[in-house]
Amino acid sequence: MGRPSSFDRESGVVESPPEKFPAILGPVWIREVQAIFWKEARVEMRTRQAVGATLLFSIVTLAVLSFLLARTSVRSDVDSALLWIVLFFSAMSGLARVFVREEELGTADALRLSVRPSALLAGKFCFNWLLLAAIEVVVTPLLLTALSAPLGGADLGLLIVVLLFGGLGLAAASTFVAALVAPASAGGIRSSLFLIASFPVLVPLLLAATLGTSAALSPLTQPVGTASNECIVLATYDVVVLTASFLLFGYTWDIG
Amino acid sequence: MSVVIWAAIIYAPPAEMFRVQSLARIVFFHVPCAMTATVLSIASAVFALIYLVKRNLDSDIKSKTSAELATIFWLLTTVTGAIFAKVEWGTYWNWDPKQTAIVLLILIYLAYFALRAAVPDQRKQAIVGAGYTLFAAATMPFLTYVLPNSTESLHPKGVITTSDGMDPTYKVIFWSSTAGFLAFAYWIYKVQTKLEILTRRLGAI
Repeated sequence: MGRPSSFDRESGVVESPPEKFPAILGPVWIREVQAIFWKEARVEMRTRQAVGATLLFSIVTLAVLSFLLARTSVRSDVDSALLWIVLFFSAMSGLARVFVREEELGTADALRLSVRPSALLAGKFCFNWLLLAAIEVVVTPLLLTALSAPLGGADLGLLIVVLLFGGLGLAAASTFVAALVAPASAGGIRSSLFLIASFPVLVPLLLAATLGTSAALSPLTQPVGTASNECIVLATYDVVVLTASFLLFGYTWDIG
Repeated sequence: MSVVIWAAIIYAPPAEMFRVQSLARIVFFHVPCAMTATVLSIASAVFALIYLVKRNLDSDIKSKTSAELATIFWLLTTVTGAIFAKVEWGTYWNWDPKQTAIVLLILIYLAYFALRAAVPDQRKQAIVGAGYTLFAAATMPFLTYVLPNSTESLHPKGVITTSDGMDPTYKVIFWSSTAGFLAFAYWIYKVQTKLEILTRRLGAI
């Protein structure tokens, strides 16, 4: 798969050239992905601060919305928009950590030497996806209850599908942008930079997800077939983003 | 270029189909500006790809300069579009799909420059910038094609290229305006790239 990674002692540059043809889904690759995934999980579990902080962030945002909207009655499409706003900001607060921490602790070069770039991205993406899924599971019922959304005619299966595909896309795009933002100099600028850089890329996802969610929550207010259309758009977006990130990551990872 | 400006303002007869006839001339500036900006954006993405494959820093300079020029031309497009919108449709901003797409595109460029500015090392900066350009380019088709076709748009379709869409005199002026804009952009691009490359070479001594 091309030259192995190398470390130049004089200049301190670690080069991991892009894989010629990423051997995705081979047995070794899957082991590498699992290694990365469990490493992330273990490091998070040691301190438990990071995941907790992200979950708390989403709950606090949710609380702000419920307090401020307590007396007003909110239309169902605004419900969906609010849900995705909370998910977006929770993602922005918590999903950059997988790459930023590597830069801060200086372990990024060790990763460059040990696993293939595609396996690294896949492992970190799976971790971010799991984190986001946990946030979705916590936030969605709470938000819908807090906003007293009428759930009479809601299509639950469709809602789950939208959350699944939407969450996948959100996690995928956030992970790749986090990889790009991580080398930026530390400080307050980096977290704002992550948000600024992710938002335009995520807009198609957020739009489609909001429309899909509101169609799933109250199918009668939307034209027939909206929700399935939006699911197709979401699935397409997910495929595009995943493909682009896997193709590009090999080339952008060898920063030394 | 000055010939085009003169032609657009004085020579072109007013268009019949627009409500405020003489101000329709802004089309000669708005659309060619948009086309030039598109070409520049594509050039920026292409140079980013060349950089990632070949790792030649000159390609990165070209990518960055194209991106800067693209930002300027997109901003001009937005402003001329807003003026035209006020005259033709009544308000400066309608959340027309193309207007929305332009806002996001400009946000992408602003994010791109902020990202580049935050990375101190030149090589890292180039890699990160190129990666972001290409990633954003991958998601752009959603905004430029999916949105305008799935929702109602105020922008007219197929006026310039079809034979019965526009008066032939207009077409001559229009296409020469496009050529003028492209030549102008190319000239600035060449000068700026040369300047940047020389600055870097001098800085490296």
